[in-house]
Amino acid sequence: MTSDQARTLIGARFSSAQIDGPGGALVVTVPLDQWAAFAQFAKDDLGCRYFSFLTAIDWKELGLEVVVRLDNLDDNMSVTMKTRPGPGVSLCPSLTPLYRGANWMERECYEMFGIQFEGHPDLRRLLLPDDWQGYPLLKSYAVDTPYPPYR
Amino acid sequence: MLHQKRPEGDKHSKLFESVTEGIHSFPGGFVVTTAADAFLNWARKSSVWPVTFGLACCAIEMMATFASRFDVERLGMVPWASPRHSDLMIVSGTVTIKMAPMLTRIYDQMPDPKWAVSMGSCANSGGPFRHGYHVVKGVDRVIPVDVYVPGCPPPPESLLNGLLLLQEQIAHFKRTGRRADPNAKVD
Repeated sequence: MTSDQARTLIGARFSSAQIDGPGGALVVTVPLDQWAAFAQFAKDDLGCRYFSFLTAIDWKELGLEVVVRLDNLDDNMSVTMKTRPGPGVSLCPSLTPLYRGANWMERECYEMFGIQFEGHPDLRRLLLPDDWQGYPLLKSYAVDTPYPPYR
Repeated sequence: MLHQKRPEGDKHSKLFESVTEGIHSFPGGFVVTTAADAFLNWARKSSVWPVTFGLACCAIEMMATFASRFDVERLGMVPWASPRHSDLMIVSGTVTIKMAPMLTRIYDQMPDPKWAVSMGSCANSGGPFRHGYHVVKGVDRVIPVDVYVPGCPPPPESLLNGLLLLQEQIAHFKRTGRRADPNAKVD
């Protein structure tokens, strides 16, 4: 499967998905309700069986954006999928039932951005100290927030 | 509250202190106590055993300092893996907020008299990660520090210089537990 074939397949199956990306890279923006369905499609039909990473971007008043990269290691092809929960919303469907590699990525994203991944089996804190307050990678988090005596 | 000050006087046994006070106030007894102090300080400074608290890339330079080319062992310093047998803690690397309680815990396990060397920009002030959300902005917010070694990372010569400075400080360590002020901090 080349990325051109994948592009036509995605266009046929998900008409509401925006496909762009520089230099032939496959960057697909899907609506939130098609998030899990698109991941299932990418795993089954596009052969992207390797979950590379999951992260999020804080676009301030536009809300958060969840970014996932999936790799097809056999054909050296990768798909970057994005979705926006919308301003003020931090809910997103979990991909953990589909990809086990998503488990810790979603836990990290949960504690760094406060995104609740619905359907995640074990959404706990992963990296930060147990008594941590706030979500440090949000733009609204002030880095000088007091944390005596360390900060 | 920004920087930890060393508590006045280290832990001594009351009996030891009263005996030394008695000898010191006896006519001519000060000769004995000062000679004993000089001997004890010589012994302390000649066998500083650092507990190695390697946290980041500075630890590599610290290992190089302990290895054969620079050979700190000729100064009596044996890198020791147990805090209970050590006099010195070399904090080499970035201290994160999650790591800081463990650092104080290991420092508290060391017997008095004890010293601490803050090695590298990260341990001195947070260094390049100072504006991160998770970095302790200087290890002296957590434990009292005697010698700051600047550099990112400090080469083995730099750490060696810091350790020699520390030996100089230990040589003037008073019986009462008063110490020299730490050297000037350079971020």
